[in-house]
Amino acid sequence: MFLKKMTVAAAVVLMSSQAYAACGISEGNVSIIGNEFPAIHTVANAAAACAGDGVEVKSNLTADHKEIHVAGMQGNPAEYSSAIIANSTLVALMNEDVVRPLDDLLAKHGEGIPKSNLITVDGKVMAVAFMANAQTLAYRKDVLAEAGVEVPTTYEEMLAAAKVIRDKGLMENPLGGAYKSGWNLAEEFVNMYIGHGGEFFKPGSAEPAINNEAGIATLEMLKALAEYMNPDYLTHDSNATNAEMEAGNVALMNMWGSRMGNLMDDEGAEEQVYSNIVVGGPLTVAGGSIPASTLWWDGWTVAKNVSDADAEATFLAMKNGISPDILTEETMGQAVWMIEGYTPAPVNDGVFAAIKAGTKPYPMLPYQGLLHTALGNNIADFLLGSESAEQSLADAEAAYVAAAKEKGFL
Amino acid sequence: MKHKTFFWFVLPSSVAMLLFIFVPIISVVVQSLHVEHEQVIISVENCGPFGCTQATTIDQEATKKLLEAEPLGRFSGFDTYADRNHLAVEDVSQAWDKADNWRDFGSQILNLPFYKAMSFTLAYTFIVTPLVLIVGFIIAVAVNGAVKAIRGPIIFFSLLPMMVTPLVGSLIIFWMVDARGVLGSMLQVLAGDPELSVKASTPLTWVMLMFYGVWHSAPFAFIVYYAGLQTVNQDTLESAMIDGANRWEQIRYVIIPHLLPLTTFIALMQLMDNFRVFEPIVSFAASAHATSLSWSIYNDLGGEVRQLSSAAATSVLTIIGVAILLSPVLIRTWRDFSRK
Repeated sequence: MFLKKMTVAAAVVLMSSQAYAACGISEGNVSIIGNEFPAIHTVANAAAACAGDGVEVKSNLTADHKEIHVAGMQGNPAEYSSAIIANSTLVALMNEDVVRPLDDLLAKHGEGIPKSNLITVDGKVMAVAFMANAQTLAYRKDVLAEAGVEVPTTYEEMLAAAKVIRDKGLMENPLGGAYKSGWNLAEEFVNMYIGHGGEFFKPGSAEPAINNEAGIATLEMLKALAEYMNPDYLTHDSNATNAEMEAGNVALMNMWGSRMGNLMDDEGAEEQVYSNIVVGGPLTVAGGSIPASTLWWDGWTVAKNVSDADAEATFLAMKNGISPDILTEETMGQAVWMIEGYTPAPVNDGVFAAIKAGTKPYPMLPYQGLLHTALGNNIADFLLGSESAEQSLADAEAAYVAAAKEKGFL
Repeated sequence: MKHKTFFWFVLPSSVAMLLFIFVPIISVVVQSLHVEHEQVIISVENCGPFGCTQATTIDQEATKKLLEAEPLGRFSGFDTYADRNHLAVEDVSQAWDKADNWRDFGSQILNLPFYKAMSFTLAYTFIVTPLVLIVGFIIAVAVNGAVKAIRGPIIFFSLLPMMVTPLVGSLIIFWMVDARGVLGSMLQVLAGDPELSVKASTPLTWVMLMFYGVWHSAPFAFIVYYAGLQTVNQDTLESAMIDGANRWEQIRYVIIPHLLPLTTFIALMQLMDNFRVFEPIVSFAASAHATSLSWSIYNDLGGEVRQLSSAAATSVLTIIGVAILLSPVLIRTWRDFSRK
């Protein structure tokens, strides 16, 4: 343990001294807001290495970033000069017009950033992506072998496997899932609904279109899976679900690629558990060919409401944050990095499989977030058995319509 | 006090109240009467690492022009208040027409987010407030009867639940009632049901939230009552004793009447506090089972797309709710005051 920490420390020191020479920032304030998981820490730390004479780099990494980043970038000057975001959150920032198109900065300092990493909206570069993410299967190979079942490739097979594991008395609740009421639960719905081939809106409009057969089948599948989960599943987010897996209570679950590293390292679990966790591809459902999952990228933006000097400093610091130098033995497995020099580790198999299987990216529509919120607040009623699937979907649509009217989308 | 002296005396606090309470409330009311401009949506091509897709985005330049013309957005009057996510006027009247009986009507109403939140908020307020008063009073009487030497430590420990930050306090209980936690396992043994999970059951989640509410607020009632107990007239108490009153009769006829004004004070504070119950719902991740008005506001502001007008309307409804709740107590206080 001590040795490991020392190497990390040495790597950080090495990295920062290198970076200091390479950042090329003369002055400015950089302030980063972002989600909290290992890969983002790595990026923020490398950006922080640019701090020095006249250059201040701060970061606020928290799971609650979504609740504060818009407010933190609306002021002038903005509190945060860069937000580390993903598909859906970029839309939220663009809805409020708080991110700056990066074309001019790219022209000046863009060398070394691959074109494929640029997120363009209407021809303007709005963000620079640095990693890909998707929810895919994670399973315990020892438990599946003991139960005598194959690794599932569809949700139907996952249910069958869960039944065998429970019937054989190997585990009481063999399935896991981040089904916490709210954003997480809605995300599971989105995945499963896309797997059923559903469309969220009537073509060319912001009118919702989820109350249909695909929607009902989606809810029924979620409920069938939930029967095999810890009864408290509506309170479990990704962290809690991971803890269940590490505690050896879960054999199969759908989990974020960016969190697989935590599952497979030797911290927080017994060897019997962590050495047997394997990452698989995304699952399909109901005979469909599109995986019941969504592709995500994580990237960084520069705030609109900061001075040009700060914007430039932020650009350079963030560019340093995703430079090939950040890839070390320690950080390599943290994510599917879209950075030169990246070599995939076994933990990243799932995300690659998801890209290969033609998984759809999470929709980037200005009103998708409102539907997501409405789903997160309404479908738990069906899972709890207090109303029908049709009623839950109708409630979600009605809640969305009321919100969309208030926001001027309908 | 002369009027002029009085004026100068209250001026600083009046100005502070105006600036920090009245002006924000007015701004919330104004916000709630407006909705955003109709969004100018344009079709665009989005490109990223996973290829290009056709999508839509908001035309920021057109939006800017609209905002310059009308910075507050479109005036909508009470539309936001009447929509389904708030008072749901239309849905309620439809439910009234369609429902066969009261039960059916009730279940349809409770399916609407505002009334669902209201049902928990009111249940919480009216169950937790009296329990806080009773438990606080019992602790106060017990501590007052304890030997002087140990009173200090007892008071300290009794106050602990109030000192712990609500979010942290509820997290502690959240983990204790987990199916594998200390309290959760104990409940399973007591109920003889190894499957029992507090977090998975709506009624038990309500009980847990209310238990937390009492645990957290009882120390407040206790410390106020304890202070009040120090001022009980010893002569009256002694005469009651001489008249042969037992301990219960002393409490019933001397102490309780003496503490009545304090009870009004605590009830007032607790009604206000409990009506805006919020932290435990977040900490207990209980939103699938129980929501409150404050939680709705948080949820509107915390989504990826912020709903400011919706949050403002719920805030105004919360203020009205608090005013209605407090009105009986306030009217009583006013009457007592005028009588004097």
